[in-house]
Amino acid sequence: MASGEQDVSEVALKGASAPMAVAASRAAVLRRLRLTDAIFHGLTRGASLAVLALLSGVIIALIYGAAPALSTFGFGFLFDESWNPVTERFGALAPIFGTLVTSFIAMLIAVPVGLMVAFFLTELCPKMLRRPIGIAIELLAGIPSIIYGIWGLFVFAPFMQEHVQPLFINTFANVPVLSTLFAGPPYGIGMFTAGLILAIMVLPFVTSISRDVFDAVPPVLKEAAYGVGCTTWEVFRYVVLPFTRVGVIGGFMLGLGRALGETMAVTFVIGNAHHISASLFAPGTTISASIANEFTEAVGDLYTSSLVALGLILFFITFCVLAIARYLLLRLQQQGGK
Amino acid sequence: MAITASKTAALDSPLYAGRRRRNTIAKGMAYAATIFGLGWLVLILGVLLYKGIGGLSLAVFTENTPPPGAAGGLLNAIMGSIMMTVLGVIIGTPIGILAGTYLAEYGRHDKLSSVVRFINDILLSAPSIVIGLFVYEILVAPMGHFSGWAGAVALAVIVIPVVVRTTEDMLTLVPDTLREAAASIGLPRAHMIVRIAYRAAQAGIVTGILLAIARISGETAPLLFTALNNQFFSMNMGAPMPSLPVVIFQFALSPYAEWQKLAWTGALLITVTVLGLSILARSLTSGRKS
Repeated sequence: MASGEQDVSEVALKGASAPMAVAASRAAVLRRLRLTDAIFHGLTRGASLAVLALLSGVIIALIYGAAPALSTFGFGFLFDESWNPVTERFGALAPIFGTLVTSFIAMLIAVPVGLMVAFFLTELCPKMLRRPIGIAIELLAGIPSIIYGIWGLFVFAPFMQEHVQPLFINTFANVPVLSTLFAGPPYGIGMFTAGLILAIMVLPFVTSISRDVFDAVPPVLKEAAYGVGCTTWEVFRYVVLPFTRVGVIGGFMLGLGRALGETMAVTFVIGNAHHISASLFAPGTTISASIANEFTEAVGDLYTSSLVALGLILFFITFCVLAIARYLLLRLQQQGGK
Repeated sequence: MAITASKTAALDSPLYAGRRRRNTIAKGMAYAATIFGLGWLVLILGVLLYKGIGGLSLAVFTENTPPPGAAGGLLNAIMGSIMMTVLGVIIGTPIGILAGTYLAEYGRHDKLSSVVRFINDILLSAPSIVIGLFVYEILVAPMGHFSGWAGAVALAVIVIPVVVRTTEDMLTLVPDTLREAAASIGLPRAHMIVRIAYRAAQAGIVTGILLAIARISGETAPLLFTALNNQFFSMNMGAPMPSLPVVIFQFALSPYAEWQKLAWTGALLITVTVLGLSILARSLTSGRKS
C-alpha cells in the first residue's frame, strides 16, 4: 500500500516536474539563443567599427609617418619644387603638379568619350549587344593597372615617340600656346603619354556609372519627349542629361579619384623627373609614381618621411574628391527614390 | 498626296534638316566612341596574347625567377602571390562579411551604419599605394623588415571594403518576407541571418569574394614596400616574399630581354586569372537572377 502511495506520489511528482523541467530547459535554450544573438550582434557591430578604425588608422599612420617631414619643411613643403636626396631638401610641388596635370588630361578625354559610350549603350545599342558590350567595358575596368603599365611602356610609348609626338610638335610649332605645350624632343614617355593611359583606364569607370545612372531615368520621361517628336540626341541632351546631372558628375568624380591615385600604369611611363615643365611631352612625376619608385630605396628618415607626406597629401586630395562623388551619387539616389 | 508633299516640305525645312543632321552626327560620335573604347580592350588583350604566349612553357611554372641573362620561370612569384592572396582573403573576408551583415541586418537605418557605409565607399576607391604606406607604418617599420605577412595584411585591407559592399548589397536583396517568416516562428535574429539570409544571398556573397580575389591578384602598389620581393623560393611568411605583379614591375623595367619576356608572360597569367575570376563571378549572379 505504502509502495502504491509512493508510486502515486512519484507519478504526481513526475507529472508536476515534467512541465517544470521542460520550462527550465526551454528557458535555458532561450537564454542560449539570446546569448548567441547578442554575441553575433556584437561581432557584426565590432566588424563595422573595425572598418571605421581602418580609415582612422590609415590617417593616423600617415600623419605619424609624415610628421618629421612636415615639421622640418612646414607648409613650404606644398610649394617647393626641389627634390634633392643629397641635401635632404624635399618639396611636393612637382609631384602634385604632375598628378593634377595627368588626371586633367585623362578626364578631358575619358569624360566625353565615356558619356558617348553610355549614350550608345542606353539609347542606340541593339538589345542583343547591350549586355556583351557592357560586360566588355566592365572587363576593361577589371584589368590590373600593371598590365596598362607594361603595355604603355613597350607598345604605347614607342608609338607615341615615333608617330604622335613628332606630328604634334611639327603641327603646332608656330602656334603660340600649343608650341609650348607640345615642345621638346619626343621621349615617348612623359606626362602626355601617362595622361592618355590614365584616360583609357578611367574610361570604363565613367562609362559604367553613367550607364547605370542613365538607366535610372523613368521611361515615361523619355517616351514623352519622343512623343512630341524629339530626336534621339535631343532626348539624351535635353531630358536624360539634365535629369541625371548630379549622378553623372558623381561618376566623373569617382573616375577622377581613380585617376589621381593610380600608381602602376603611370609609374611605367611618367619618366620620374622631379621638375615642372611647361611641355606635356617632358618627363615628370606624380605623387603615386614618386612613392612607388623611391620608397624602398629611400635612405634616411627625412627622405622616407617626405614620401609618406606625399602619400598623406594624395590621400587628402582623393578623400575630398571621393567624398564629393559619394555625396552627389547619394543625392541622386534619394531624388530617384522619391 | 497633298499631305505627303507638305510632309516632305516640312522635313526639308532648315530647322528639321538641322536637327536631323545634329542627331546623325551625335549618333555617329556615339558609335565612334564605343568602337574607340572597345578598340583599346582588343588592342591590349591582343598585344598581351601575342607577347605573352611566346614565353609560355612548362618552365614558367616549375622554375624560379632567373638571375639576369639566364632562362627561368616564375614559380616563386606565383607561389608567393597565391599564398599572400589566400591569406589576405582569409583575414579580410570574415571582417567584411560581418560588417556587411551589420549594415544590412542589425543597423540598416542607424547612424553608425550610414557613417560606416560612407567610410567603406571611401576605402573602396582609396589609392592602393596609400594602403601600402599604411601597412608599412604599422607592420614593416615596427618589425624592422619586410615580410609576407605585411603583404597579406595590405591585401586584406583592400579585400574588406569590397566584401562589405557586396555582402550588404546582396543581403538587402533578400526579401523581408523571409525574415518575417523566420521571426514569426520565434527564430532569433542571429539564427535567421545565418540560416536564412546568408543562404538566400549565398551566390552574391561568393561573387563578392571572387571579385575581391580578382582585385587583389593584380595589385602591385601595396606589395612594393610590404612584401617587397625575393629572388628565391620562399614559403616563409616572416621573410620578404616575391609576387607576380612586383616581379613583372621589376622585370619589365630591366634592360634584359629574358626578364622582359618573363614579365609579359606573367602579365598574361595575371590577366587571364583576373578576367576568368570576374567572368566566373558574373555568371554566378546572373545565373541566379534568371
